[in-house]
Formats: sequence, structure tokens, C-alpha cells
Amino acid sequence: MATTSITVRETPLVRYLLRRADDALILGHRLSEWCGHAPTMEEEMALANMGLDLLGQARSLYTYAAEVEGEGRTEDDFAYLRGERAYGNLLLVEQPNVDFARTMARQLFYSAFIDPYWRALMASPDATLSAIAAKAEKESAYHVRHCAEWLIRLGDGTAESHARAQAAVDGLWAFTGELFEADASEAGLIADGIVPDPDSLRAAWTATVSAVLAEATLKLPQAGWMQKGGRDGRHSEHLGPLLTELQYLQRTFPGATW
Amino acid sequence: MTGAALADPAALRDEVWRVAGAVTDPEIPVLSIADLGVLRDVRVADGRVEVLITPTYSGCPAMTMIALEIELALDKAGLGPVVVKTVLAPAWTTDFMSEDGRRKLKAYGIAPPAKTAGRRALFGVEVVDCPQCGSSDTAEIAPFGSTSCKSLWQCKACREPFDYFKCH
Repeated sequence: MATTSITVRETPLVRYLLRRADDALILGHRLSEWCGHAPTMEEEMALANMGLDLLGQARSLYTYAAEVEGEGRTEDDFAYLRGERAYGNLLLVEQPNVDFARTMARQLFYSAFIDPYWRALMASPDATLSAIAAKAEKESAYHVRHCAEWLIRLGDGTAESHARAQAAVDGLWAFTGELFEADASEAGLIADGIVPDPDSLRAAWTATVSAVLAEATLKLPQAGWMQKGGRDGRHSEHLGPLLTELQYLQRTFPGATW
Repeated sequence: MTGAALADPAALRDEVWRVAGAVTDPEIPVLSIADLGVLRDVRVADGRVEVLITPTYSGCPAMTMIALEIELALDKAGLGPVVVKTVLAPAWTTDFMSEDGRRKLKAYGIAPPAKTAGRRALFGVEVVDCPQCGSSDTAEIAPFGSTSCKSLWQCKACREPFDYFKCH
């Protein structure tokens, strides 16, 4: 029977899969908001392509979560029928687009982390996780390159683009600490060698981000207080409106199909 | 194909592979899914047929269409019903593409994927030959093209713009 919300039967692996899937879905949705608004035709296609990659990664992870949960659910149930507090994505990925510089800085902070993360996850003894990671890392490698090139052009561009790029980096910095966090639930999976410790990617992330910012003549913000909460469903004010749009149809017409 | 021949699992598997493999990519109609390496396996057990396919990119929107086309083609050939399954491992790479596929791609005006690309390098430079005149004096116009698997290039020798099937 059609329903408007679900309660997930969570295990550490299901929770883990949903969090990583939520990251990809929400960031992919943010990129899709650029459709029809991108600065150039080529960038319109680039943003949509990256969004599509992320949506595909989210679908693979949700589908596997449904299989592990074993309640007969589908990827769509997780995407459309969970409320804001049940979403476990990073605060970083739900931050609004604001301008092109903010969008590219957000993408660099996420991609510079997730790219080596997927490569580390390829070593997982869980064959499905390893396969999803092997697919995703080819895509994330391309995303890192694309947003790095843009950030360099913007930072090392005009006074206006430089100021905006620096404001973007500074404004998003407090959301980068959460990338490296793992709670007790995920710590168990890490201890069992199923998934990598996100904190082990800190050096790789810092190296990529520092190199890009230096080339872009942008200042690397000082380490400081970091905002977290997204993994536990405590979100910024920006996720609610995003989900309202993303979930509108299924919430209004439960079970509607094309 | 007679009923007796189809009762032989090996013959059935070959026939399903031939028919399913001839299904073309809806976005690059000159390539069959066998050329692309999207068709991974055909399994026959107790008269039940399973066709395994793998996506080129995680979000490839053509997968649903390809699965449907496979079901239709096999049904038309009297080999249905079959189950089409998507598998992710091993992850698809452009190395799965057949030599025949690469030739067809080039003849169609799309530069085939390079065998060795500096994808790992943050700012690696690829050398792509123009599929029209063969010149290697080409430049990338946009890293993302009309589909997930392509980027947009232009030849500086003959001035023709062309699609490049990205090395992946």
C-alpha cells in the first residue's frame, strides 16, 4: 500500500549506506538546480553530468541498502519517503549553490575527499561495496579535476572572481571537518575492515585542497571550529526546502508512477 | 532454431548472446552492447535465462532502455522471457570495448578512447586524434559532452568539432 513515510530498520551497514547515498543524492540535487542557469552552455552540461554521476552512485547505494535491510523496499523509498531528520548527509553537500564559486568550492571539498575514499573502499571484503566504489572512483577523479580547474581560474582571475572564490572557501570551511568523522556505528564497520576510516583520508584531502588553493592564489583557511550534525540528522536550514522540492510528488500523490 | 536445439543449454546461451549482443546503445546507435562490453554474461539454468549487463557510468540513463530492448529482442526471437540483471563488478572500463567497436566508433565520427590516459594526474593532458582527418593537433572544448561517456573536442587542422569517448 502506498505510504508517505517509512521507518528504516537500521543496522550499522544500512545506516552507513544511507549516509553515503544521501551525500551523493543531495549534492547531485544541488548540481541539478543549475540546469538552465549555468554560466555557459558547456558548464550547463558539466554540472548536469556530474549531478547524474552522483545520482547514479546514490541509486547503487540505496539499492544495496534495500537489499541489506531486507524489508522489500526500493531505492525510491529511501529517497522520497524519509524526512529531514532521517537524512544522514554531510552538512557540506546541502549548502546552497549561492554562486558558481561557492558551487565549485563545495564540489572540490567533497570530491577531494570522496575520490581517495572510494579508492580505499575498493579494498572492502564486501563485494558489492567494492564494486560500487570501483565504479564511483572513476567518476569522482574526473570531478576533482573539473572543479579544481575552475577554482584556479576563478581564484587567479579577476578581482571580483578572486573575492568570490575566497568567500566561498572561507564560508564553507567550517563544514569540512565532518568529512572525516565516524560515529560509534561506523567505527564498528571500520574495526571489522569493511569500510575505511574517513580520518585516514585527511592527509590526501589536505594535499589536494592545498595544492589547488595555492595555484588559485587563494588562502587556505586556518583550522578552526568545525560544524557537524548532518550524520545524526541535525541539519542546517537548507535541507528542508530541498527535500520539499525533491519529495513533493511522492508526498502529495503516494505511490504515483510515470 | 528448433526446439530441440534450444533445449541444449550451450546452444541456447549462444543464441541469447547473439541476439542480446546485437542490441544497440540508444545514444550511440552504431555500437552494439557486445561491442561496448556492456553485455557481460548470459546464464542458463533449468531453462531460465539471465542476461547480465553493466553500466558504463553509475548514472547512465540508457541502462533501463537497454534492458527493455534486450527483453524485446529476445522475445521477438522466441527466446523470452528472460531476466535482465545489472551487475557492477568488475567495473566497466573503456578497455572492455572491442577493437571492432573502436573502429565503428571512429567511422561514426567519434574518437575512440585512448588506451593509456593520464586520468590520475590532476591536470593530465590527453592526445586525441581527429576521427575525420586523423590529425593529432586537437584541443578539448568541454570536458563533459552530450552524454556521460563523451567530451567535446575540436580539430585544429580540419576545424571540425567532434565527440571523444572518454577513457574511463
